[in-house]
Amino acid sequence: MGPQLLSILFLAPLAAIVLSLGVRNARIAEYATVGAAIIDIIVSVPLLLRTLSGSLFIAHNYVQVDTIGAWVIVCISIVYSLSSIYAVGYMRLLNEEKRLPVFYGLFSGFAFTMLAACVMNNAGVFWIAIELTTLISTFLVGFEREAESTEAAWKYIVVVSGGISLALLGTVLFYWGSSFVLGPSYAMTWVALRQSAPQVYPPLLLVSFLLVLVGYGTKAGLAPMHTWLPDAHSESPAPVSAMLSGALLNASMLGIARFLGVVTGTSVSRFAHSAVVGFGIFSFVLAAFFIVRQSGIKRLMAYSSVEHIGVQALGLGFGGPLGVAGALYHMLNHSLNKSLMFFGAGNAMRAYGSKEIRGIRRVLKVFPISGVLWLLGAIGIAGAPPFALFLSEFTILRAGIGGRYRWAAIVFVVFLIVIFIGFLSHFRAMYFDEASEPEIPRLPWTVWRTLPMWLAFLPLLLLGLWWPHGLWDIFHRVFLDVMGGGQ
Amino acid sequence: MFLAHVNPLQASIFSSLAIVSLLLTFVMLGSHWLRNYVYAFAAQSWLIAALSASVAYFGGYKELYAIAALTALFRGLVLPFLLMGIVAKLNVKREIHAILQPSSSLVLGAFVVMFAFVISNHMNRQPPPAAHVVVLALTIMLSMKFLGFLMLSVRDEAVSQILGLLVLENGIFLGSQILVPGMPLLIEIVILFDLLIVVACFGMLVRFLVVHAGTTSSRALNRLVG
Repeated sequence: MGPQLLSILFLAPLAAIVLSLGVRNARIAEYATVGAAIIDIIVSVPLLLRTLSGSLFIAHNYVQVDTIGAWVIVCISIVYSLSSIYAVGYMRLLNEEKRLPVFYGLFSGFAFTMLAACVMNNAGVFWIAIELTTLISTFLVGFEREAESTEAAWKYIVVVSGGISLALLGTVLFYWGSSFVLGPSYAMTWVALRQSAPQVYPPLLLVSFLLVLVGYGTKAGLAPMHTWLPDAHSESPAPVSAMLSGALLNASMLGIARFLGVVTGTSVSRFAHSAVVGFGIFSFVLAAFFIVRQSGIKRLMAYSSVEHIGVQALGLGFGGPLGVAGALYHMLNHSLNKSLMFFGAGNAMRAYGSKEIRGIRRVLKVFPISGVLWLLGAIGIAGAPPFALFLSEFTILRAGIGGRYRWAAIVFVVFLIVIFIGFLSHFRAMYFDEASEPEIPRLPWTVWRTLPMWLAFLPLLLLGLWWPHGLWDIFHRVFLDVMGGGQ
Repeated sequence: MFLAHVNPLQASIFSSLAIVSLLLTFVMLGSHWLRNYVYAFAAQSWLIAALSASVAYFGGYKELYAIAALTALFRGLVLPFLLMGIVAKLNVKREIHAILQPSSSLVLGAFVVMFAFVISNHMNRQPPPAAHVVVLALTIMLSMKFLGFLMLSVRDEAVSQILGLLVLENGIFLGSQILVPGMPLLIEIVILFDLLIVVACFGMLVRFLVVHAGTTSSRALNRLVG
């Protein structure tokens, strides 16, 4: 059953790419992408459940579906579906009818490479998959061909390629370190790395891990390597921003999580966890300052991504069953919530014709219903109950407060409050401040731009009120298999 | 590990190839002329190809001959040719706005190499004579990494930045030939092709930059801040 599900998971976006680029009809490309994304989401859930009874190995061990990989696949599929539905409504506004098939081809290609990264059972091939996501998404970031988006695309590719080359160096050093244990030539699977790690010379292991952490951290947007992120997220079309933020960051976090799992239980484990916590808390604090003084609406969302990737890093760094569960739950919740936020921001930007927060006023007059959803989403993403991010952040906090990193947990709480106030004061201005211009802008209503907001909001509320017990089993399985809990 | 049985002749061949590659990075760092960067990069790639071939010969890794041929072809010929095309098309001959003068970047580069040596020395556990080659390979791998980042940060021209990225990867290439010649072939081949895609992609972006931002200097990229 597993291999079939997996092939459907990859064939669906592949078919969408072929249809989009082959037929060159914008409508067909739109529907093919939405169809492929929905198929992916339907397939990904049984695939996740299948991994609970053991990982799936295919293609001479090069492909492995384990629980953490399948979990990230679910998150990516969700964002892929939501944003491809939203893209139908949003991209038609850009008057780029001729280039739309190329857009959708790249869009599905982007999803395909991210999904592929999740199932790679070789640290080197994983690196290649992540590098491919950069290559494809560069063109999506620069799609609007304005000076700003070109600038963002250039910064994106230079900073991320430079950063990710550090991860390659780290990967090579991991290979070298383990070659003293496993012989000069071996398959660099995650299991092989994990089993040989305790016997690798500790300083070498530590340098390798730090290089990998900085490398994939650049791609994940951990500060201070986050510099490309606000530009790329704010200048790409809104559906692409949602994919970058909700899906790509997760795929990169997966790399950090896997390598952290490799060094957990070795003599450098403690230092490695501290490094992850350090990057996490630095990203969180830095994002808080930029959120407070932000003036661009999508840049606000982008810094919020830096914040939440920092929270996930904190969860992984705190470790233990609670920390891992919190980080993974946070991944899902952030994917849902950030998609909702970018959709709302895209709508507002198009209606008001402004990227600036001060250009957007009296949102409820323009968007009576979806405006409410956006506001509730903002409350959710600032970490307030009853939305899902509250639960995951609370879990991470519990993991931190009882352990070695109590100081980090305290800083986390303080800056959560700062972010809550800063983020919501921007929304207060947009919703309740008087507009300087009396005319009310109009954006024609379409189900394509409203439906994905509902589809993101309802699970967010549900997951905030009720943490399904089955998820604990999944998180605990990840903790035991990947994050060193079995030792 | 084949380095454990390395003899003095092999050790000196590997070392000299690696050291000359590092020197070529300094040539790039110390020059204003874009054309020189590209020549130095091409020469460096040929040296790396020679290194692959010699590791293949002495270590008995047959597949490294293929890697050597691919490196010479793609990194030694195709990439420099494409980059020369971009340089000619852009009509930019030299770095004008370099943040650091070449002389100061050379001094900074020397410090970076010392730093890399200190780290590498800590990472090694091999007894001599393998230790000499291992530490040297690690030092050059790390210092080319740092020098690449240095080039990225003090140079503005798009072509210099592309070359900076390529130097980053050359360092890894060079080190991995010596340290882990047994690493699966697949990865190395894909990295070669991957680079081609990178350059194609960059060529496109450079064109975009000229058309839309009016310059290929990244110093003009200052719209997005904060």
